[in-house]
Amino acid sequence: MAERIRWIRWQRTRAIAAKDLRVELRGRVLLNQVIPFSVLVLVLFGFAVDDDGIAQRVAPGLIWMATLFSLLVMVQRTFAVEAADGALDSLRVAGVDPTVIFWGKAMALAVQLAVLEIVLFAAAIILFAPTLRVSGVALLTATWIVSTAGLALVGTLYGGLTAGIQGRETLLPLLVFPVVAPVLIGATRAVESGLGTTGAAVSEGWPWIGLLTVFGAAFAAGGTLAFGPLIDD
Amino acid sequence: MEDAGFVIGSYVVVFGGIAAYAATMISRARRLARRVPDADKPWT
Amino acid sequence: MANAPAGGITPTHDTGTRVTQVFGTLAALGVAWLCAFGLLFSPADRDQRESVRIMYVHVPSAWVAYLAFGVTAVASALYLLRSSHSLTWDRLAGASAEIGVLFMGVTLVTGMLWGRLSWGVFWTWDARLTSTAFLFVTFLGYLAVRRLGGTQHQRAKRSAVLAMLGVLEIPLVHFSVRLWRSLHQDATVARIDGDPDLDGLMLFSLFVGLIAFTLLYVWLVIHRQRALVLEDALEDHGLDAALVERRAEAALQGGGR
Repeated sequence: MAERIRWIRWQRTRAIAAKDLRVELRGRVLLNQVIPFSVLVLVLFGFAVDDDGIAQRVAPGLIWMATLFSLLVMVQRTFAVEAADGALDSLRVAGVDPTVIFWGKAMALAVQLAVLEIVLFAAAIILFAPTLRVSGVALLTATWIVSTAGLALVGTLYGGLTAGIQGRETLLPLLVFPVVAPVLIGATRAVESGLGTTGAAVSEGWPWIGLLTVFGAAFAAGGTLAFGPLIDD
Repeated sequence: MEDAGFVIGSYVVVFGGIAAYAATMISRARRLARRVPDADKPWT
Repeated sequence: MANAPAGGITPTHDTGTRVTQVFGTLAALGVAWLCAFGLLFSPADRDQRESVRIMYVHVPSAWVAYLAFGVTAVASALYLLRSSHSLTWDRLAGASAEIGVLFMGVTLVTGMLWGRLSWGVFWTWDARLTSTAFLFVTFLGYLAVRRLGGTQHQRAKRSAVLAMLGVLEIPLVHFSVRLWRSLHQDATVARIDGDPDLDGLMLFSLFVGLIAFTLLYVWLVIHRQRALVLEDALEDHGLDAALVERRAEAALQGGGR
């Protein structure tokens, strides 16, 4: 019986994630607007830094800064879709558990973020010319997975908090940026080690994966508990 | 006193800040209190 | 004014009572004493010289800021956990957070002034400093969320959850900044507060400061909490009055037809 309930919840989580991704595939907002925006942010950082050596050195940080800016845009988009026609309320009325909504939306956001990060990473390699090294690939992949999970969980949680409220466009960054600071620090350091841009060894990056994992686990637990009270009025 | 500007400045910031906050907060509270019946003031 | 004071013979136009008067007087005495000791009687430090005088206001305001945020977290947890979901806990959390932001703000400013004198810089990326600044910004966000509107219980639940998430966030920020710096360079600054060889009078002045600021905090929280009761009551009455008006209007229109 418990097995069966768990299966149904998983099905529903997947259904919500699939719904969000379908909305994206139809609208192509990520492809046509968010990705060009984030690459533009990288280019503008290039102008601001204005030095090839420094740009190469700070490229990992710039990737994650651009990711954070895009995260805000994407979170606002994913909850605007829900609030526009009261879709979140209909889901709640239909008896869908808020935890299921939380995980479904976080999964869809994680997939979109993962795509965005790959594009940004490639763009940073092209624009700022840090060199890839084979020994760092495992570290880079691990960073990619755990940071994406952490950002998607935090983004969904705080997006739910501000969903459907006037003035959320300005409030969301104030709430989200302090929380994701550990991801910016950890992911930047890990990518630096993976690429060797600051002369760091690959092994120096792994403790940061630990930090990012703890971060993701903390907000997975926090989101599971808190999302219900937040959207339930 | 050396560095008097810094030392006295920090005392001014602390007590000036707290006094300004307390003055605005309490005068606002008094304004509100006039419009609310005593039944809604549990401390009376 | 629209509603005439009802109830008692002498209506209260105030959030003060005997209790707040006692706390207010004691706090004022403590502050006067602190200024006298901090600025006049206590000696200059051997290493820090006159700049040590900033400590007597910096350390107590930092203590009150942490105390206030701690009270907010506990009150938020009590609001969420108690089945009564009493708004009293929510108002205590809100009042305490606002005063915490005030004290954290002055802590940061005095810390920068003190840092400029003893370290030569206004700011350093020390873990404690950085997580303190993040605490400040987090509670600015918390106060903004409290002002979002909705019903009082919506406000209470939303902000209580946010405070709980803040409790989750701050250790992560602190730990990550510590790891961030320690991998590359040691903190170049000496720990100043908690200096072991403070002489008797200096320690006493600091102690006076801690007591005075705690009394000041209690006094401010009581007043602010009562002001929040008034705000909420006024909001309820405003709604009641509007409903009565609407009903009267509807009855009039219904009668006309």
